[in-house]
Amino acid sequence: MTVRLTLRDQEYEVYGGMTVRHALLKLGIQPDSVLPTLDGELITDDEILQDDQHIHLVAVISGGAR
Amino acid sequence: MRQHKLALCKEHFLVWFTEQTQRFINKYHMFGYEDRILVAVSGGKDSLALWNVLHRLGYQTDGLYIGLGINQGTGYSAESLQFTEKYATKYNHKLIVVDVAEFAGATIPEAAALTLRGKGKPCSVCGLTKRYIMNMVAHQGDYNVLVTGHNLDDEVAVLFGNTLNWAVGYLARQGPVLEETAGGLARKAKPFCRFYERETAAYALLQGIDYIYEECPHATGAKSIYYKVQLNQLEADRPGTKLSFYLSFLRAKESGFFAHQNPAVQANLNRCQTCGQPTSAPEQCAFCRTWHRVRSRRAAAA
Repeated sequence: MTVRLTLRDQEYEVYGGMTVRHALLKLGIQPDSVLPTLDGELITDDEILQDDQHIHLVAVISGGAR
Repeated sequence: MRQHKLALCKEHFLVWFTEQTQRFINKYHMFGYEDRILVAVSGGKDSLALWNVLHRLGYQTDGLYIGLGINQGTGYSAESLQFTEKYATKYNHKLIVVDVAEFAGATIPEAAALTLRGKGKPCSVCGLTKRYIMNMVAHQGDYNVLVTGHNLDDEVAVLFGNTLNWAVGYLARQGPVLEETAGGLARKAKPFCRFYERETAAYALLQGIDYIYEECPHATGAKSIYYKVQLNQLEADRPGTKLSFYLSFLRAKESGFFAHQNPAVQANLNRCQTCGQPTSAPEQCAFCRTWHRVRSRRAAAA
């Protein structure tokens, strides 16, 4: 029973019961570089993850010459 | 939003974001309701969110999309145009499209392969070409101001890079507004310069704006992204670091820290002998020099 998090083509798993922010830091993902969504809805970093949830992480960093 | 010590629901975030945009426009005297505004749009979250907010605030805006021809293996440009056109159609906005290959004779990747500028990496030619076309369209269309969707993370990454190199000339020119010059450089403004990248992305998602998620394939390994990652690490440890860095810089600039740099920059502007656009070079501007070389080499190779 775990929580699935996907970022582009990468998939991660953590145990439920921790906050989104904690999970991101644990996975080595900078919280400022992504937006977490659940069922298409934006969720906050302090939301506590529940087992069986699937969190889609939207990358927000853009770059190159502008 | 740890940096603001603020937590908002969807409805209030959208109100806050819109009001903050208006606040920044006023604070930095960017433009007014009587001005005609050209919004540089790429199909990405920042530029489409900016177009959306400015329209909701009641400003007169048209969009400018520049087709770079970055399609090899990714379809990046084709897809970004689709997102932009879809947005413009949905909101009934006027969109000006300039295709670089039609306008200048080659796509950006083709040009990058034919010039030493950027050493094979297209970002240098791309930036040069976009700045040129944006300025040209702003003048031809009699727009009062050109606005871009640069956010705080973009600005801080540039500031960080220029500070590491003590590039005082560039530091002197960085800011929320770049005034029009007598030589013909259009007035530029960045209404999102104080929003974190995450905030503009949140606005786009919450507002239901469809934007291109994929990043330009050539941005991989870009220095600006490397700086953003480093700065995000600082931000994770100390929330508010990025905003504080930027605002402290603006205060230093306002107090005259780089004042001696500005007159020299403007005094050195000449008119390009080929196209008439402003340039710091004595004869041809960098755009004309670069693209002349590209077209010559392309013809020679044909």
